[in-house]
Amino acid sequence: MDLPFEVVDLPETDHVAVGETAPEFTRPLVTDEDWGDASLSSALGGEPGLLLFHPMDGAFPTTYIFQEIAERGWDEAVQLLGCSISTPYEHATLLGERDVDARLFSDPANHVAEEYGVEHDLDGMHGISEARPAAFLLESDRTVAYAWVAGEWPEFPDYDAIEAAIGEL
Amino acid sequence: MSERTLYRLQACPFCERVVRKLDELGLDYDSRFLLPLHSERDAVKRVAGVRTVPALVDEETGVTMAESGNIVEYLDRTYGEGGVN
Repeated sequence: MDLPFEVVDLPETDHVAVGETAPEFTRPLVTDEDWGDASLSSALGGEPGLLLFHPMDGAFPTTYIFQEIAERGWDEAVQLLGCSISTPYEHATLLGERDVDARLFSDPANHVAEEYGVEHDLDGMHGISEARPAAFLLESDRTVAYAWVAGEWPEFPDYDAIEAAIGEL
Repeated sequence: MSERTLYRLQACPFCERVVRKLDELGLDYDSRFLLPLHSERDAVKRVAGVRTVPALVDEETGVTMAESGNIVEYLDRTYGEGGVN
């Protein structure tokens, strides 16, 4: 985007990095019709996956991100996993509106984003912290093969770079 | 993964009745939460043939069952005092 002003910078963050093992966690994992507790490992099911942190469902960056990944058909190459502070009901609605084979972790307390170093305290929404956009491409054993975390608000993933990294898995 | 899966709806009293029985008998189970709208409950329809909750799938015995009264009775009969398992 070419804007005649500076976009807001997000603070530096010590996030999960390439070569590290992505932290294990368990949260309700939502499909377009139901949900149940699942660990990250069980969601990967021994396959590589893309763990995508995104702003709350309904925010325009989330809509744009899912539009893009649906068009790129990544769901055929890797397990597509999202995570936001939205409730399971909102996740089910989001998935019902998109033609994308993804499953979304629901983490209203935002602890998973904190664990990954991608939290974002929202200005003007007192008491709400969510995840900043972030993408972690994981090998089947949860080793991080590619990591990207937004440094500006808003900032979108480098889709071509992620696609290249998926190709190199 | 537990051998039992309970298909349930948040705050559904019939489902909570089954949860109470499972806890009472010390049986572990996984929960699958469904959407409230009846027409969107395909997950349970595929497994149990019904769109009603609760429904229980018990892989230990191979039993799939709907309707809380039946489920509670089944659990008592199978895992309760003097039960077959």
